[in-house]
Order: sequence, then structure tokens, then C-alpha cells
Amino acid sequence: MAQAVLPREPGRGGIVVPSRGRRRVSEETVAGWTAISPWVVGFLIFTLGPLIASIYFSFTSYDMLRSPRWVGLENYRRLIFDDALLPKALANTFIYALMHVPLHVVTALGVALLLNEARQMQGFFRTIFYLPSMTPAVATAYLWILILNPNDGLVNRGLRFLNLPAPGWTTDPDWTKATIVVSQIWAFGGAMIIYLAALKGVPQDLYEAAKLDGANAWQRFRGVTLPMISGATFFIATISTISSLNVFTQGYVMFDSRGGPENSALFVVMYLFRRAFENFQMGYAAAIAWLLFLIILVVTLIQFRFSKRWVYYEAGET
Amino acid sequence: MSRVLPRPTVVAPAAHRRALLGARRAGLLHRVLVWALLLAGSVLFLLPFLWMVSTSLKASDAVFSVPPRWLPSSFQWRNYVDGWTILPFTTFLRNSLIVTFANVLGNLVSCTLVAYGFARLRARGKNVLFLLLLATLMIPREVTIVPRFLLFSEVGLVNTLWPLILPAWFGYPFFIFLLRQFFMTIPRDLDDAARMDGASHLRILWDVILPLSRPALATVAIFSFIGNWTNLLDPLIYLRSTDLYTLALGLNLFRGQNFTQFNMLMAVSIITLVPVLAVFFLAQRTFIRGVTLTGMGGR
Repeated sequence: MAQAVLPREPGRGGIVVPSRGRRRVSEETVAGWTAISPWVVGFLIFTLGPLIASIYFSFTSYDMLRSPRWVGLENYRRLIFDDALLPKALANTFIYALMHVPLHVVTALGVALLLNEARQMQGFFRTIFYLPSMTPAVATAYLWILILNPNDGLVNRGLRFLNLPAPGWTTDPDWTKATIVVSQIWAFGGAMIIYLAALKGVPQDLYEAAKLDGANAWQRFRGVTLPMISGATFFIATISTISSLNVFTQGYVMFDSRGGPENSALFVVMYLFRRAFENFQMGYAAAIAWLLFLIILVVTLIQFRFSKRWVYYEAGET
Repeated sequence: MSRVLPRPTVVAPAAHRRALLGARRAGLLHRVLVWALLLAGSVLFLLPFLWMVSTSLKASDAVFSVPPRWLPSSFQWRNYVDGWTILPFTTFLRNSLIVTFANVLGNLVSCTLVAYGFARLRARGKNVLFLLLLATLMIPREVTIVPRFLLFSEVGLVNTLWPLILPAWFGYPFFIFLLRQFFMTIPRDLDDAARMDGASHLRILWDVILPLSRPALATVAIFSFIGNWTNLLDPLIYLRSTDLYTLALGLNLFRGQNFTQFNMLMAVSIITLVPVLAVFFLAQRTFIRGVTLTGMGGR
């Protein structure tokens, strides 16, 4: 690595006397390491250490009272073959992510496109749409419990008034995940702001050129806008997939750690939380964490793999 | 969910306009359409808030009144006082303020320093470390929840605010990445000029880089503020005694009662929302610019 860095050195400051330059490298190296050191220390203490420890704990039985007892692959065996709740939690988490991610992306893109067209009062509308994203998740969860209350909630009252079927948002196992999706889609503001930034970066002359070629509005959207903001779409899709697979707060507040009717809103992280901090099965919880991590890793890698087909990066930018 | 349906059609008028650029009537029609859709959309997204405000002002027995009323029959302003005092929310507020500000400050100080190192200083092995940093962005923090808890419990810091504060002072990869990307866009000639005048690295960072990085710093500060102010999982794991609870955790206590006092819950929720709103309004412009400039648009 050092070899790769050194030859580039003269290119920077212009003419540098060799001996002085060499001294400056070492002085800069010291300064550089000092500047980076907080993160390196933090990485060792709060990420790498725990990561290794968590591999170890996942092979033990540990209740925090007695010292960890080595059990080999027993946790993983139980997790995969003997645990009825884990497949449920995994399925719930995947169903939730599959519902949430596309809706999240489409909503954010739609609103961002609209906002991008608004010449006046963009800030005003932007604030309104961003408001839910700033609301504490606990408050958001309770607000939607209130609004989606199956008997007396605002939404079901309205649906019944219109003679439409009123679903059991919080009581019917088929609807609990949809309830969380609704409350989470409401807070789509972060993605919207990223899209807005991306839309501002699309060069106007591309539209002009497309127009000269006779492209209609839809063709210009498909041919210019979508590819030019595909980087943002990829970023939002990846981040929101990871956060969907890690969904916790909404489910916990709305349905507590048991996960609502028939465990229909039990997500993997809720299950991990329950095993670790309610049952104090630290080893088992560590195994769940690793399983989830591997799943997320695979999903993310697949997303990266496919991104090459549809994400457009401008040449020269990194 | 039905609110998502009308959105895709939006695209057509958006580009439609450009097709007929010059034709003033189409332009006007387009503007009216955009406005109408934006208004409809924002009303849809505001309604839950209005219901929150309305509920916060109702008497307990009027929360689920038939038919639902947007305007309470009598305004119960005391819900705000009662909700705040029924649980020790002043204490929760103090804890939230401590945790949030310690995090914002910690993130700003540590991430700025580390990002400066990555962006500007030529040090051996730096690139490997930067790749490592990017790799940690992929690790969901859930993996480390259990061992981190065991670590803090080993050193006796469980049931203190420290586990919520300490990690921020060692840099947060996502913020380091954002700041580093931003610092890279600042011309090096500026530091070289300062270097000629004999300025130290810290002085260059403080006098040259930071003043030019306000949008990026604001972005980090706001993300850090909102993230910590609304965080539930970490306080839930680490805090046992009620007098250490943060606002998010305190709000969750409302469920502990026999039935949920939605009116007071909503009143207190609105109070906890106010500081976030204030911060966003104050820093909105810089924040949006920061998101644009740090290239979070994925470009």
C-alpha cells in the first residue's frame, strides 16, 4: 500500500526537495493516523471486538449468571430445525420488506418528481412531506394505532361509512404487517430528499436533446430521468431493504415483543430482542443475529449484482 | 396505501410541460395540476397530524367519539400539562437532551477529524482502512447488539447513559463517509496556501475546511439529532431505572397503564416533536444543500 502511495507524492505540491518531502510524509502519516485513530479505536471496541465475541457467543449457552458454556453448533441446529417461531419471524420480515421497499421507493420518487416541478413554495411542501420522518417512531406508532383502530379508528369509521370492508388492522393476522407498512410509508421523507437532490442534478440539455429527437414525455422519463437518477434509486432501495429487514421499533411499540395476533408481526430483530433481553439467552440471540446478518449480506450482494444492469454512473465520477 | 396509486401518473404532466414549452396555456394547466396534486398529497399526509392535534385536545371519553369529530367539543389544554406530569417527562426530556447533544457533538468532533484524515492526509495504510470503513457500513448494528450489551455490562455501564453516548465519540462510518466525500470537493490549493503560512493540520481543518463545510456539517448534525432523539432500541436495552429514561422510552410507558390515554399520549408526542421541528426549520436550507452536495443522490 505504502509503495502505491509514495510515487504519487511529487505530483501534489509541485516541486518538493526530496529530503524535505520524505520528512513531510512521515509527519503527515503521524498526523493522519492520529486523525483516523478515534474511528480505529471505536471500530476495534464497538464493531470488530463485538463481532468476534458474537461469533463466539453464538456457539455457547450464556445466561449472564453463569459463565458461557460451549455448545458447538447446538444453537444453530435448534434455530434451524427446532424453533417454530424463527421461520415465522423470517417470513414476516421478508413479507414486510417486499411490501415496504417498492412502495417506499415509488412514493418517494412520485412526490419528489412533483416537488421538483413546483417552482414556488417548494420549501413549504417539502417540509410537510418531511414532517412525518421527524416524528419519533414511538409517537408515529401510537398515532397509527389510534387511526387504524379496527372498531373506533378514523380509517375504519370512514370505510364503514362508505360501505367498504373495514379490515382488522391490528387484530387480524393478515393485516398487521400492512398496518406497519402504512405507518412507515408515511415517513418516506428521507428518501424524498435524496431523490430531490438527484433530480436537481439531471442536466437539462439531456431533456432538450431528447426532445429534438422527438421523444415524448414518457419516453423522456424512461430514457433520461430514470437512468440519470438510478444511482439514487439504488441507494434508497439498498438502504431501505436493510432497514426493513431490521424493522423493530414500529412492531415492538404496536404489538410488543410477542408480535401481535398469532405472531403475525414478530420480526427477526424483535425475536432477537426477546431472546436476549427478556429470556437472557445471549448465545441463542447471537446465533439469530448472525443468521440475520448472513441473510442481509446475501440480499445486499444480490442487489449489488443486479445493480450493474440498471444503475447508470456518470463517467469520471466516483 | 391507496395514496400511492395516483403518483405514477404524475410523471406524464411533469414531462408534458416541457413538450409544449412555449404554449402558455399548457404551461398553466401543468402548473395547476402540479399544485393540485401537491396540495392533495400534503393534505393526505397532514391529516394524521391534524388527528394527533385534535386527539391531544379531547377529553378521555371523547377520543373514540361517534361520529369522529375533528374539532373537540371542548378544548382540553390541560392534557398537555397532565400528560407531561403524570410521568416524570421533565426528567425524560433532560435525559434526551443530554444523550442527543452529546451524540451530535461527539459525531461532529470525531467524524470531522477522521474524515479530514481520510480526505487530506497521506498516511500509510489509509486506503485499506477506508475500505474497511466502507465495509462496516454494511454490517447491521443488530449483529453487535448482544456483545455490545455484554461489553457495557462487563464494565458496569448498563443502566447509565454512557452506552448511548460513548460510541458517538469514536466516529460513525456513515457520517465519516459523507464528510470525507464533501472534504474531497474542497480545493487543495486552499490548504496548501495555509500550509505555506505555517498552519498546523488542526488549524487548516478549523480555519479552511470547516467554514466551507457548513452544509455537510448541518446534514450530519440533523441526522444525528433526529436519529438519537427518536431512538428507542438502545434506550430500551440499556436503561432500567425510570429516572434515566429518554422521551421515546417514556412515551412507551403510556402503554403500561391499564388502557392507553391516547389524548395525553398525543399531547406529549407533540411536545417531543417540537425540538426536532425547530431544528429542521432553522437548518432546512443548509441541510438540503448538504444532502445534494455530499452526493447522497448516489452520483
